[in-house]
Amino acid sequence: MFYRETGQFKTNYADDMALLPILQDRIGLGIILFVAYVIIPFFGNDFLLSTVMIPFLVFSLAAIGLNILTGFTGLISLGTGAFMGVGAYACYKLSSVFPDLNILLCIVFSGVFSALIGVLFGLPSLRIKGFYLAVATLAAQFFLQWCFVRIPWLYNYNVSGAIEVSQRSIFGVVVTGAKAAPESRYIVMLVLVTLMTWVAANVLSGRIGRAFMAVRDMDIAAELMGIDLLKTKLLAFAFSSFYAGVAGAAMMFIWVGGGEANDSFNINQSFLILFMVIIGGLGSLLGAFLGAAFISSLPTILKFGLPALGIPLAGATAEHLTYILVGGLILFFLVVEPHGLARLWQIGKQKLRMWPFPY
Amino acid sequence: MKMRKTTLGLATAIMAGTLMMGFEAAKAQDSIFVPLFTYRTGPFAGSGIPIADGMHDYLTMLNERDGGIGGVKIAIDECETGYDTKKGLECYDAVKPKNPVIINPWSTGITLPLIPKASVDKIPVLSMAYGLSASARGDIFPWVFNPPDTYWDGLGMILRYIGTQEGGLEKIKGKKIGYIYFDGGFGKEPIPLFEQLAKDFGFELKLYPVPPGEMQNQSSQWLAVRRDRPDYMVMYGWGAMNTTAVKEAAKVSYPMDKFISIWWPGEDDVRGTEGAKGFKTLNWHGIGTDYQALKDIQKFVVDKGLSKAPKDKVGELLYNRGVYNSLLIAEGIATAQKLTGKKVVDGADVRRGLESLNIDEARLKAIGLAGFTGTLQLSCNNHNGHRPSFVQQWDGAKWVKISDLIEPMPDKVKPALDAAAQDYAEKNAGWPKRTEACDKPS
Repeated sequence: MFYRETGQFKTNYADDMALLPILQDRIGLGIILFVAYVIIPFFGNDFLLSTVMIPFLVFSLAAIGLNILTGFTGLISLGTGAFMGVGAYACYKLSSVFPDLNILLCIVFSGVFSALIGVLFGLPSLRIKGFYLAVATLAAQFFLQWCFVRIPWLYNYNVSGAIEVSQRSIFGVVVTGAKAAPESRYIVMLVLVTLMTWVAANVLSGRIGRAFMAVRDMDIAAELMGIDLLKTKLLAFAFSSFYAGVAGAAMMFIWVGGGEANDSFNINQSFLILFMVIIGGLGSLLGAFLGAAFISSLPTILKFGLPALGIPLAGATAEHLTYILVGGLILFFLVVEPHGLARLWQIGKQKLRMWPFPY
Repeated sequence: MKMRKTTLGLATAIMAGTLMMGFEAAKAQDSIFVPLFTYRTGPFAGSGIPIADGMHDYLTMLNERDGGIGGVKIAIDECETGYDTKKGLECYDAVKPKNPVIINPWSTGITLPLIPKASVDKIPVLSMAYGLSASARGDIFPWVFNPPDTYWDGLGMILRYIGTQEGGLEKIKGKKIGYIYFDGGFGKEPIPLFEQLAKDFGFELKLYPVPPGEMQNQSSQWLAVRRDRPDYMVMYGWGAMNTTAVKEAAKVSYPMDKFISIWWPGEDDVRGTEGAKGFKTLNWHGIGTDYQALKDIQKFVVDKGLSKAPKDKVGELLYNRGVYNSLLIAEGIATAQKLTGKKVVDGADVRRGLESLNIDEARLKAIGLAGFTGTLQLSCNNHNGHRPSFVQQWDGAKWVKISDLIEPMPDKVKPALDAAAQDYAEKNAGWPKRTEACDKPS
């Protein structure tokens, strides 16, 4: 009843091919954007913004990147953490070499470096597929992590080896460093994520996205149809690493604000993002967001929310309980719907179309 | 259907709790809030648990025995960080609205992003004997304290000790000294100084980094040690790295009395290894429960069941390390109360209190820790103290003090410290000049 598109006629091809053809979808997206841009920064407290929303946005960006590679193109990659690290260190070098450059531009340009490195490590994908490619990207993960520690030029020969984030402002509002208000950082992150999601959504629903999906479904058939496998697979790696690089730069500069980056971009990070993509749903942008919320925000919410509800939990016990609960929920959701949370939402939409009838 | 409904109900409840937590304002307090960032989980839990217990028990003892500090109770809250930077920052954001008076990150990785935040949020950071060594310069880092020694002082003391073993510092010339270290901030920090000292004293330095993810797999490093046969081994490690290093050193039959570590390994790291006898570390405080304050902890906290520590762990090295940390917290708060005349002090007051910290022999006796540790005076420009430490050795059953107090090498360390502090201030454009006034020493 709610999702019926009766009465919504399209009078030209452009309208027909739009990303969100149904009016209800557009209203829903409008409401989400309104809540994100207006309600949360105005009514949320610092903890919600800094510890729940900003990490969620950073990880959703990284998850979009990996979803493009694994969900849409079918190339399993275990190097996402390292590509995020490349973005972070590239942004650090850019911001130290060009101290007057707008920090948003630094972050976006650092994605380009990450894309180049991603293309380099994506070359094996032309010969190997599936789990073997996962091992090749694992090599990328370990090699790049080694580089972050052993190439002192990357961290400007710092004694502590840490990335130092100086204070930067955009239009007079401080957005990085200690003085940056959580609201400013949140809005910057949100704008970045909105723009990049819009770009990703459009690319993935166009010619390039369809080429990716053809490669995922059967790359030999795609090649026979005329899709250049070399270009498509490398473009997938470039695109995905770009998003991962921007996420890594944003993580270091807007979320954490500097510090030892080496441990933040280790193999656990790569696995974490892979889990976000799997639980959220492979091949779906919404899945990236849902997965990021589930894996990154849920433990924080449980760890601090359960005591806030009045359940008396000490630090370590809350930690253990969080692991148990999140693990249990992952099992539960994967049993109920192996295709991820995005598929659950799709089923929900179908039900909403027919509501109040069951079918 | 029923399961789905209960799941939905539970999810809604959790969401409601989060929203409540996300949207409610900070509550007022009539106690002094001290959050404890601890790690009772993760690969560093072996070191983290006794420290957490020591910190928690000393403050609880003050609450139970004296009713707090200056009559105001201390509200203690442990936040689990797992030695992870992200979780540490989460804990920081979670405790900030509750007006904490001091932050003890217990991880160099967590300390580094907190250093710029300390002056903005007006909460002093106490990174006792860890963190950024350059933060000893109080004029550049007014909100960060790292008594009683920096990692560079520790290196100086270890080298001086090696000098005494060889019959004089000039006799180290031509020797080979190996350095096995945690391949992260805290392990890498002394390397430039180490290389400088290698040039000055004429010894050969060999580096053996241990990646954080590979702490429990050090066989390749120790095989290299067996091949290179350095005359002395120096270690900067933490958590599982210390345990594995001692085990591996015993396996390759490295002479343990030539193996000297910075002040972090505890009893648990060496107890399991038969061949660990002779292993040496630095230390600056006493071990055991033979002090009045420790006895009070046993009486008022452990015996009453208010402690998480097993009874036999009270008084061990890392437990007493935690006690020392809480001692600094308590003295900082007490000095702040004296300076400001307020009972319920806030972060800015405790900063002044820490800066004017004056723990002398009389004070140590008054708080029941006579002979536990040396004196400590901090000042406006000196947030560290650069105190001497001694060397202790594992005899198979306990730590035995085997040397007198060794002074650090201020003539070598000071220029490096100053250079590093200046470098930090320059690289972080916009690093604020110190605006906090200096209190006259009382």
